[in-house]
Amino acid sequence: MNNIAPFKNTRSAPVTGKQIRFNARSFVAFALAPEAPLSEWFDGLDQWTENSPGFFAGRPVVLNLNHITLDTEEIIDLVDGLADRGIRVCAIEANGIDDLGLDLPPLLTGARTIAIEEKQPERRQPASTPANAPANTNQQAETARATRANTLIIETPIRSGQSIFHPHGDVIVLGSVGSGSEIIAGGSVHIYGTLRGRAFAGVMGNPDARIFCRKNEAELLAVDGWYRTADDMEPSSRGGAIQAYLDNEVIWVSALG
Amino acid sequence: MGKVVVVTSGKGGVGKTTSTAALGAALAQTGKRVALVDFDVGLRNLDLIMGAERRVVFDLVNVTQGVAKLSQALIRDKRVDTLFLLPASQTRDKDALTEEGVAEVIGALREKFDYVFCDSPAGIERGAQLAMRHADEAVIVTNPEVSSVRDSDRIIGLLDSRTLKAERGETVNKHVLVTRFDAARAARGEMLSINDVLEILSTPLLGIIPENQGVLRASNVGSPVTLSEPTNAAARAYLDAAKRLEGEDLPVVLPFHRQGLFDRLFGRRAA
Repeated sequence: MNNIAPFKNTRSAPVTGKQIRFNARSFVAFALAPEAPLSEWFDGLDQWTENSPGFFAGRPVVLNLNHITLDTEEIIDLVDGLADRGIRVCAIEANGIDDLGLDLPPLLTGARTIAIEEKQPERRQPASTPANAPANTNQQAETARATRANTLIIETPIRSGQSIFHPHGDVIVLGSVGSGSEIIAGGSVHIYGTLRGRAFAGVMGNPDARIFCRKNEAELLAVDGWYRTADDMEPSSRGGAIQAYLDNEVIWVSALG
Repeated sequence: MGKVVVVTSGKGGVGKTTSTAALGAALAQTGKRVALVDFDVGLRNLDLIMGAERRVVFDLVNVTQGVAKLSQALIRDKRVDTLFLLPASQTRDKDALTEEGVAEVIGALREKFDYVFCDSPAGIERGAQLAMRHADEAVIVTNPEVSSVRDSDRIIGLLDSRTLKAERGETVNKHVLVTRFDAARAARGEMLSINDVLEILSTPLLGIIPENQGVLRASNVGSPVTLSEPTNAAARAYLDAAKRLEGEDLPVVLPFHRQGLFDRLFGRRAA
């Protein structure tokens, strides 16, 4: 181990007036990577946003120009084209370009890729009851609370016909989940009662999500879009505590404890 | 201020109307003022079960629309003078009921009666939701079989979200009434057990009504079973359930199945 010299407290003259604070913080942003030809790429983007309107609303977007060569004029056109579609570019990442001028967003370097399903500390928390979830989850939204880790805890049983939709984070149900109801979670699903309905984990594309329950009478278990119906489960996995997870695009249901 | 009790189930044919009549009559016999309101507009039955079908002049729809006064539409029972019936209309459909009209009628009944029983139509649509809208308490009628239990679970979800009490952040007091319980079939494993039903619904039990020919006989003569055959096993179970609804803490006894000599010789046959 190398010795590291301890920091010395250096004192300077006391600052008068307002102090200015600087500190480094990291944020999560979506990186858009346009591909040539740009007109076709814009067509594709339009199609995509038509299917998911509002996807970019309020989200920080960084333009990744590492895989395309554009001059400053073309970059200005590109940024304008995105602005017309309601996408505000807050920075540009481009290897080999040293200066973009003052008209364009600043350059960023040192990007790292992260898994966005698990940790999105700077993303706004979605409302407990999204507009597209059935109205009878209102009651759940009241009794449930989204904790800071973006986990939805539900203390009441989930009744037949109810649908709990929590696209970002885990769902924990303390009661039972009735036949004909469903839990849809971006993260994992934990059920401390009997699961008689359907459980979907990792719905936003997270193959590492799992489903846990104390008593498995499930109609269907799904992780990251791969599913298994009650008919396809081994009889031995029914009636006991189980976990369901994805391995090699196959759902495994194994006993717990 | 009286209590509004909705009798509901989701599934049809499980015994909502029979139970409404039997529980209402049992409470009225103890001197409580009881009104039975038939919400099954278009398919009314409660008047037949109560034996009042030949005395219907005005109905619930007439009252909600202001055509008749509440006092004109209420039919007093000939056997128990604190028991009243507000029949449904047979010629209209469920859209004839308005939310404001129902609120007004229930409000007026609540003033005059100790108990207002709302006999819900089957299903989960408008009619059923209007019937449960003003409820303080709910009796969920369930047969010990999977389809009935799942439908009851669905109805409990609605009771927890669509009633005025739920919208105010309070809870409707819910009770499960298991009807048509056949001890012999349950012993053979051909029916869900009471424990299975209660575990799935996680709601307290109001009573277990055994399958009994007396209930059918009573319906056919137009009388609640608690009035026509009070010593009958089903009637006694309803009388106990009514006491529990009043807050009395009576233990629930599982209907007993006497095993015959034949059964004993050949043993149980598991389904």
